[in-house]
Parts: sequence; C-alpha cells; structure tokens
Amino acid sequence: MVAADSEGQKDPRVRMFRRERSIPLRGSAAALCNNLSVLQLPVHNLTHFGVVHGPSAQLVSAAPEGVPLAQRQLHAKERAGVSLPLITQVHWCVLPFRILLVLTSHRGIQMYESDGSVMVYWHALDSGDASPVQAVFARGIASSGHFICVGTWSGRVLVFDVPAKGPNIVLSEELAGHLTSVTDIASEHAQEQDCIADMVTADDSGLLCVWRSGPEFKLLTRIPGFGAPCTSVQLWQGIVAAGYGNGQLCLYEASTGTLHAQINAHARAICALDLAPMVGKLLSAAEDTFVHIWKLNRNLKNGCIEVEHCHGECVPDTQVCGARFCDPSGSSLAVTGYDLAEILRFSSV
Amino acid sequence: MSMRTLPLLFLNLGGEMLYILDQRLRAQNIPGDKARRDEWTEVDRKRVLHDIISTMFNKNFIEELFKPQELYSKKALRTIYDRLAHASIMRLNQASMDKLYDLMTMALKYQVLLCPRPKDVLLVTFNHLDAIKGFIRDNPALVHLVDETSQQLIEAYGGLSAGEFQLIRQTLLTFFQDLHIRVSIFLKDKVQNSNGRFVLPVSGPVPWETEVPGLIRMFDHKGKEVKRTEFRHGGNYIAALKEGSFELYGDRVLKLGTNMYSANRPVETHTSGASKNLASQSQQSIAPNPLAKEELNFLAKLMGGMEIRKPSGPEPGFRLNLFTTDEEEEQAALTRPEELPHEVVNIQATQDQQRNQELARIMGEFEVTDQPRWSASKGDDLLAMMDEL
Repeated sequence: MVAADSEGQKDPRVRMFRRERSIPLRGSAAALCNNLSVLQLPVHNLTHFGVVHGPSAQLVSAAPEGVPLAQRQLHAKERAGVSLPLITQVHWCVLPFRILLVLTSHRGIQMYESDGSVMVYWHALDSGDASPVQAVFARGIASSGHFICVGTWSGRVLVFDVPAKGPNIVLSEELAGHLTSVTDIASEHAQEQDCIADMVTADDSGLLCVWRSGPEFKLLTRIPGFGAPCTSVQLWQGIVAAGYGNGQLCLYEASTGTLHAQINAHARAICALDLAPMVGKLLSAAEDTFVHIWKLNRNLKNGCIEVEHCHGECVPDTQVCGARFCDPSGSSLAVTGYDLAEILRFSSV
Repeated sequence: MSMRTLPLLFLNLGGEMLYILDQRLRAQNIPGDKARRDEWTEVDRKRVLHDIISTMFNKNFIEELFKPQELYSKKALRTIYDRLAHASIMRLNQASMDKLYDLMTMALKYQVLLCPRPKDVLLVTFNHLDAIKGFIRDNPALVHLVDETSQQLIEAYGGLSAGEFQLIRQTLLTFFQDLHIRVSIFLKDKVQNSNGRFVLPVSGPVPWETEVPGLIRMFDHKGKEVKRTEFRHGGNYIAALKEGSFELYGDRVLKLGTNMYSANRPVETHTSGASKNLASQSQQSIAPNPLAKEELNFLAKLMGGMEIRKPSGPEPGFRLNLFTTDEEEEQAALTRPEELPHEVVNIQATQDQQRNQELARIMGEFEVTDQPRWSASKGDDLLAMMDEL
C-alpha cells in the first residue's frame, strides 16, 4: 500500500491512512461502478458490506477490527430455462423506520430485509420498447425519505413508496428526465428550508437531474454532460459531486446547476464517490488504482463552494470498483477491486 | 450486460490464436527441400493460416456473429476455437489446445484491462485485423473479406457513446474474471506479477480526452474562475499524444493487440493448477447450468455458418505441439484438472441432409450437465430437432 506523497516525509499529511485487516470474499468483485455498499450499525458494533460478484452478490458482516462474522450470498431472480442474470448493484437504503437492502439486475429489482434474509419485494423490468441490441437492466439505488428510487436502462427512474413495515411496497411514480441509462442516484435529507434539492440522478451521457422529493417528485435543474458518462454522484448540503468516465470530478450548486469546481482528479474512469457527511469529506476512487480524499467547504463570505485535496492512496495493480467511508467522520474506508476476492480496509493514523 | 460484445471478443481472441499458431509454426519450420513428409514447411504454415482465416471471416459466420446477443461462457466459446484450430490440416492435442486457449484469453484480458479508454478496445480489434491482413496479403479476395468485417465493425461500433463502450468493457471483464494463469512472456516483460495479476502502471500518457490529474479550478456564481490550485496525484502521467485511427486504414497509435510474439520469443505458459482457480471452475460446473440450452442454440447457429473443409484425399493431419517437446505435452495432459462428472447428451440426426449431420456431430461433442428441473418441450427448436423424443 503506497501513499501518494512519497517525497515530503515531513509533511504531516503523508501516510494519513494505514492498511487494516482485509475481509475475505467468497467471490471476486465484478468490474462495475459503485461496487461496494456499507451499512454502519454502531449500536451493534457491526458493519455490513455488500459486493457484487456477477450472478451473485455477497453480504459480509464484520466486527470493528474487520473480523468477519457472517456471510450470505444473494442471486438475481431468474426465469426458468434462461441464463443467470447479472447483478448490477447492491445497496442498503436507510429509511425513516426501516432499512432495506436493494439488489438490481438485468431482470429487475429485489428488496430484502437489511440482513438479506427475506425478500420483501420483487419488481420485474419491462423491456417494452427496447431494441434487440439494447441491454435491459436496473442500476442506481437511493432512498429519499420513505421512497426508494431505482434507475433503469432507459433513463426512467422508478420511485417506490415503502411503508414503515411489511411487504406492501408500491411503485408510485416513474420519473422522466434521462434519455440514456441511469448510472447512479444520490440523496440527502433536505434539512434547511431553502435547501429544497434533495436528490440527484446521473446517466451514461453525463447528464445530471436534480430533484425535490415528495408525493410527486419535481425536477428542479438539469446539468448537461460533456460526452463522458457520469459514473457516480453524491449530494451534500446542496452541493452535487459528480465523477465522470474521463477521470474528472466536478462540484455543482444543486439548486442552480452552476459549476463551482472542476478537478482533474484521476487518469482513468472514476468508479465510486462517497461522503462522510459529518465532516464534509468526499472520497473518489477510480480505475487508475487511486483513491483520493477531498474536503468540501462553503465559503461563508460569498457562498462559493471550495474544495481541497487531503490525501491520495494507491492500491497497486488494482482496478478499483467500489469505495466507501466506514464511519461518519471519514476516518476509515473500505475498497473493492476488479478480480479481488477481498475488501481492503484503511484507517487514518 | 452489453449485447454487442461477442464480435469484439471473437475477433480479438481469433487474432491472438493466429499470432500464437504463426509463431509456433515458424519455430517448427523446416526448409521446404529438406523437410520430411511429416514436418512443417513455410508452405504448410501459410496454408494453415489461410484456412483458419477464411473460416473465421466466412460471410455467414460473421453475419451470425454480429447479431445482438449475450456473451456465453468460456466453455462454449472454447468449442468454436477448437473447431477453428482444426479448420486445416493442423491437429492439436487437448493439452496443446488448452494451452493455446489459456494464452489467447490471458492476452486479451491483459489488452482489455490496459486499454486507456473503453473505446480503445476497438483499436485493439483493428490491430488484430491489420495483422491478420498481413498474414494473407498475397490473397486479395481474403483481404477483401477481412476488410468487409472491419467495415462492419466501424458501422456497428463507430457511433456508440462512451457510456456504451464502458458497458462493453465491463462485460468483457466479466468474461475474464478470476483468470490468473501466469504467462511466461508476460512475467518476463514484467506486465504480470507472480500471483497472476497484471501490472497496472501509474505513469505514461493519459487516455485521449482525459486531462493529466493534478489541477483544481474553482468558479464563482457567474462562472468566473476565482482560484486554481494543484495537488499531488501520486502517479507520473503526461498528456495524451494523439488519438488512434478508427478508419479502415490508419495509425492505431495503441500497441495493445499487435503481435507480441516473434520467432525469438518462445510461447510458454506456467499452468499450475492453483492459478487456474479450480474452486471457481468447479462451482461453475456444479451449479445447474440453464445456459446450456441457449449455448447449444447459439453455437449451432454460429457454426452452421462455419464452413469446415473436410480433409480431402489421403493427407495426414499434421500435429502441432504448443509445448517445447512431446514429453512436455504428455506431462501437461496428465496434470490437466479433471473434468467433473457430467452426462453426455446423445444426439441422433433425424434427417439425412449433410448439414444436419454436421450439426448433430458438433452437438454430440458437447457436454451438458443434467438438469432435472426442466423438461424439454416439443416446442424447443434445436434440441427437439436433434433429439429423438
């Protein structure tokens, strides 16, 4: 594990993170974007990890030192006589009264209780007007209030209304806004009254749509792309952080769509972004083997968004495909890589 | 995943196969006048390559190939290359065929993984096709056939977006997942580690349309740049030099997909059982395989378009050894991982036509795991035709 700044040994920012014990996986991680989901359960002293292998997804629970405790594999629902569908993403959705695990595949959308033990809902994708050359899949998962939003191959975002308990989940809305496949969705609680944008969706063309959730979702702004897919997106205090297939990381004002920062962050496609909301830290991970940590800030004088680089880590010879903070203060993180049958863990010294 | 991946996979693997066979045939080359009847000559080598290439680029075959379809398993695809490798007078033992396929797949895995942009896999494909045209340059009709395939590639892929190429790349990487066979030439060149994983360099030119990492620009509400800072990325990158050509002819710029074998570099693999990842292989075979029926259909359609020349007259099949000696090949055959027990589906041709007999013979070579869950209904197209139900 090599720290980015090899000179400047006296620089206190050097070697901010050290490698911790890895968590072994039964199957290697697939070369997908956003291929790691983490559910922090500090009350139980547990962390859940979810990684997609291919036709199966793996859930692992670990104790604080990374000691693996429990393991489960989930598969996408298949039709008899047809090939095993590939899973595109697995993600925990934290709702006001419950936590659900959502699994998207080339067949549809499955929702489970948070430990993956019971499937509570299944939605088959409608391949309707897809041409034969079009891949049909669901991808992009986020919770917004008591809704779970899931993106699809066509650009439509499905909004599911989730009750406080039980399996009575209902498809309440289909959002139109994207013309190409959805890649990722992010949301945050709209705490302040003037912070009305609370969800952002991204697609293969790089287009971002900013929404306000509610019984009916409202499209507030569209932020056009520039040719590269937007592979991962995050939302923090009205700031949209977007990672692109050409390695760029951009920050936008969610309510207006104004570009506030453009970072030449990586030499290959960004595959994952994550936030430590308590401290405004953002991590970006890419196929160039690097994970970078950034500090986001709102300048109180002029309200402008600022960003500074905190730290970079190289995961040698690993095409990173997923990365997440493992605690709200951003002092630990987990990383997955294509073909790697373990979850790498790092914590700050 | 992507339904557009098969042509890229097939053409690139085919290209690698030709590189390896060409190198191996050259290594065993005997000057024409000194050769005994059972030894390889330059004429033989050219003929083998010609036969394989003309089978690969057969119009019907290519037409089937370009139809939108899912990627099938490594096992199914391997069967096509078995047939292709035997499209001429050349014969390969199982051990040599295994080694050939290992080399082909690891080479393409390396090329796909190291492509700077997902779209560059198209440049890798053009590199293979350019080299293939070099093998048969004295046969204008065959060169034209390859050019037609190149043209089809340009039409099928030229207009795809970066997002669609990313899906293609992810689909290809899924196909190669968990393959860690160590290849001597890669180990020597230090592009592969001793654990079978490829080296991902963090230096050199960035992909076309990517900026060198390190710059942060910040803007105000009006879009005016207000601050510019730099950060240490950790890599050692330089700007991209120029973009490769996606035309029928042109400088591809990218070296991935060009022939890395030469007469001086022996074609070797280390194939220790451990690195073949037996565990994942056995898991694949044990699980009920609903893929089998779809694969059979796909392969029958694909190979129905493949015109296999029957050896005419009393010519013996010339055996090619991918190993250095016959003893090595025998040894490799003994240490091949044992196939798990499975049932062979006995298929009998119900019709007299030669084509169906050929297909039936091909089908008879398949091994299908038992699937008590399904019953083949009379409506199932191919199996119903082939089986006596």
